[in-house]
Amino acid sequence: MMHLTRHPIVVDDLLAEVQGPERGGTCVFVGTVRNDADITGIEYSAYEAMAFDEIERILSDAHAHWAEARVMLQHRLGLIPVGEASIAIATAAPHRDDAFAACRFVIEEVKKRLPVWKKEYRVDGTTAWIDPSGKPVAHGP
Amino acid sequence: MGKVSVRFFARYAELAGCTSSAVNLETPATVAAVIARVREVFPGTKDLPPQPLAALNQRHVRLDALVSEGDEVALLPPLAGG
Repeated sequence: MMHLTRHPIVVDDLLAEVQGPERGGTCVFVGTVRNDADITGIEYSAYEAMAFDEIERILSDAHAHWAEARVMLQHRLGLIPVGEASIAIATAAPHRDDAFAACRFVIEEVKKRLPVWKKEYRVDGTTAWIDPSGKPVAHGP
Repeated sequence: MGKVSVRFFARYAELAGCTSSAVNLETPATVAAVIARVREVFPGTKDLPPQPLAALNQRHVRLDALVSEGDEVALLPPLAGG
């Protein structure tokens, strides 16, 4: 499975990558574009080569912490309409504690490490880059 | 003098007016020195923060990391993945 995609994310495809009879607990995190104020969508861009490698490193770090868990991550790029997923993470482990912990670890590492940026699109036709705190940093036509 | 590739992303690409280029400076140099040279060559980047995030050859680095001729330095706006 490709970690970066320009197509809608299919969570079942991630589940198929991680689930198995020896893993009794599965956890899924899905990040979705919110309908904040007058937002119609968010365009995600990335330093794609580095982002791919960074995802591989994050998954490797997760495996080092939870050797019996399986973890899969997919991040969508391009213009994503409100209500559609920008990221999905699926983890499966023999028991739920490890599945939850691995899932939380991966999304937090994504926030800290993944070279991805967001530009929000508004109903009035303007755009703005978004910083991690959610504050617009620059406007454009 | 050594040539170092530089890459700009998202808002920083808009400030620089390009997504990739190169600068010449004495190498080895620190990432901070490369950024200082970038500020001279690309006037729009004067609005970069004093200590932007940077990657050296596609890995996150501190600004005191050493850059050699032929390396790639990427300037990264605040990360917003997820």
